[in-house]
Amino acid sequence: MTNHLFGTWQNQSLEGIFAECRELAENADFPTVKRWRENGGKVLGHFQVYFPEEIAHAAGMLPLKMRGAPVEPTHSDSRFGSYLCSILKTSLELVLSNRVELDMFVTHPICDAARNLAAVWGRNYSYPCQILYLPQNANSKASAEYLCGEYERVKGDIEAVTGTKVTDEALRNSLIVYNENRRLLRQLYEIKRKQPWLVTGFEAYLLMTVGGMILREEHNELLKTAIPLIEARPAKRQDKIRVVFEGGFCEQPPLDLIRAISQSCYIVDDDLLIGLRWILEDVPLEGDLLMNMADAYLEKSSYSPVQHDARKPKEKMLLQRIADSGAEAAIITAAKMCEPGLEDQVTYTKALDEKGIPYFVGEFEENMTSFDSMEIQLETFTENLIFS
Amino acid sequence: MTEITADEFVGRGNKEGADLFREWFDGLAEHAKRGEGAAYVFVMGSMAELLHVFDFPLVLPEITSLQTAVRRVADKYLAEAEDYGYSPDICGYVKADMAVQLRGGDHPMGRIPKPAIAVMTNACNTYIKWAEIWERMYGTPLFVIDVPATRQAGGQFQPGSADFERDRKYVEAQIRELIPLCEKVSGKKFDIDRLRETLKYANDMNTGWKRVLELNKSKPSLFNAVTDGTVYLGVSNNLRGTEKGSTFFKNLVEEMEYKAAHGIGTQIVEKYRLGFVGVPCYPIFRRFSEMFTEWGGNFVHSTYLNFASGGGSMGYEYDVNRPIESLAEGFLISVREAMDNMFHQDRVVIDWVKNYDLDGVVYHPIKSCRTVSTGLADGRRAMMAATDVPSLFIESDMMDKRVVSEAQMKNRADAFFEGLASRREMAKISS
Ligand code: SF4
Ligand code: SF4
Repeated sequence: MTNHLFGTWQNQSLEGIFAECRELAENADFPTVKRWRENGGKVLGHFQVYFPEEIAHAAGMLPLKMRGAPVEPTHSDSRFGSYLCSILKTSLELVLSNRVELDMFVTHPICDAARNLAAVWGRNYSYPCQILYLPQNANSKASAEYLCGEYERVKGDIEAVTGTKVTDEALRNSLIVYNENRRLLRQLYEIKRKQPWLVTGFEAYLLMTVGGMILREEHNELLKTAIPLIEARPAKRQDKIRVVFEGGFCEQPPLDLIRAISQSCYIVDDDLLIGLRWILEDVPLEGDLLMNMADAYLEKSSYSPVQHDARKPKEKMLLQRIADSGAEAAIITAAKMCEPGLEDQVTYTKALDEKGIPYFVGEFEENMTSFDSMEIQLETFTENLIFS
Repeated sequence: MTEITADEFVGRGNKEGADLFREWFDGLAEHAKRGEGAAYVFVMGSMAELLHVFDFPLVLPEITSLQTAVRRVADKYLAEAEDYGYSPDICGYVKADMAVQLRGGDHPMGRIPKPAIAVMTNACNTYIKWAEIWERMYGTPLFVIDVPATRQAGGQFQPGSADFERDRKYVEAQIRELIPLCEKVSGKKFDIDRLRETLKYANDMNTGWKRVLELNKSKPSLFNAVTDGTVYLGVSNNLRGTEKGSTFFKNLVEEMEYKAAHGIGTQIVEKYRLGFVGVPCYPIFRRFSEMFTEWGGNFVHSTYLNFASGGGSMGYEYDVNRPIESLAEGFLISVREAMDNMFHQDRVVIDWVKNYDLDGVVYHPIKSCRTVSTGLADGRRAMMAATDVPSLFIESDMMDKRVVSEAQMKNRADAFFEGLASRREMAKISS
């Protein structure tokens, strides 16, 4: 394969792999992107939640998940007003501070704030900065064809940036890589659900999150190495509450917060970086590939507060997630100032109240450094459940 | 023909607008009394043209919500929704409406019927989240008309191109899916001739709206885009696609043409021509406007009048000979225009600086509305780089008094005008 952008995980113990992943995840200088560029590679930065990375991958670009970083928005603050979630500011900060260099930027109409990013970005950079319109009417018979057309359009723009034609063969190869990636992530989540004592929510998150910064071939290698090591782990079952973590679909909570939750609970399922796991089944490799991708986005996909689909009432989907993972409780969070997250938080808690499922409510910000009080409250919450 | 005097013309639009507004609320209260449901729609892409064919009364919850702010009771409504669980950081309109719903439809202008159907575009994503609340509360059927907007600055697809046709077809397919849903909810058959009629009325309103905005290039300008403009905007939304709306706009054009021809401006002596970007500050609406008018500043245009009219400002005229196709095309073009006025507002403002001869631009981003506010600071940078017109950036809210600091805003506005005045002095000296 491929040149390794992130070689340090190789020949490491499982603990060593986690440590390397953590280091990469916390490195706001994005060394894997720099390495890729040093070799002449082009980079497509795409904002949360879901992007059909296969198209960029097939053109030989590195698709980079732009999901903020723990940096101070020194330059980007002057581009935004107050009352905004943090991920927008830190995502732009990464480029304004030259930590990350892009050749194309794509955002989505996931929320009122994110959609503005294409315009803000485009006023500051001359490379293509655009919106990919993922359908907000998932129930129209015309949505799949329309989305396929959008994919076709983005494909054209990617080809223009890279000078590489995306052939069917290249796209099929990329789909094979991404199907495998999704399969491996499903496997990881299966372990979380069935034997959460083998891998903490935090560890699983570390393995998953680096996928957005490296080529998926390498991520597959990493997962294929780590998963058997996890399965062979001589870890013992502990007396911990099984929880579902909800609210991490876009802005990500600080790593230490996920770690703290993992210490007191088994996170048996979550919506962290849900875009990486948005498509639930393999995308078929025959026929019109872009259409297959569009169909998978609409028909074989997960849920989040930023997609409206009459077939996926969010609270029912959450209850399903809780039931499927055998969770006893839920942690319902939202990023500060995140309109869709905060709105659905109310929906979720009402539904959980109705079903008598215990839950813990919290708000987070990617940059927060102190969550002592949240940790104490969470501990009290879990202790109460254990001893009730 | 009898000669019409200035007394009959000047101020007619404001008066008629206020009367129609009251009438509209009274009509809604009657419906509510009879226990009949309404179509809940939003200002950016209301689909009024189609919904009137099925005789749905229209509720525009953004307008009923903002009334709670104008009538100075918003804090109670916001508190009720926050007690229910909604965060202080989300759109205040959603929360005020939530409280209205919890109160069985009661609000300061009367009572509104429950939603029988909700139709929304993606022009604001919060529309969708908001409507999902009614879906849960009442089981209301929702229909999102997904409107593909400009993908990239300067990259609007133009009619005639394959890309445009792809977008138009998508919108048309959705409209064709909405029709049977309307038939089901209303129990009435779709009548294409009635659609032709509502399109015709909407045409009158669109062309009128465009003309009225253009006429404000006059010197002195004819109306204040923030105060008077909001009255006209109310009619453009509440009565879209109706005969009354059509008459109102014909009259309004007549009034403005008359004022332009006779050099009649607003009630102030216009010293500075200003552009307004964002959403007005409703909790202190009158005081907010006075902060500018007392210095002789008049708002001659506002992005609000463009986006909150659902892009009616484009003046798009439907072709009544191919009603559904044309409704799709006009809807796409107008709603896209609404979105461009929020996301690419820098382009619009730079254009006004020249065409409306602006002396300054006021940016008013608000806590509630990230749709409009997210990119304003950056848009202002772009405007400043492209022109040498001074600007003022003040943040507050259109609902939530807790973040409206009147004294601070006034200080900033005063400093802004002092700057404008000394600039003018300097220009005089150097000329
Ligand atoms: S965190 Fe929420 S508000 Fe912020 S960009 Fe993501 S979805 Fe939008
Ligand atoms: S977020 Fe803005 S555009 Fe959307 S409903 Fe609220 S005020 Fe209106």
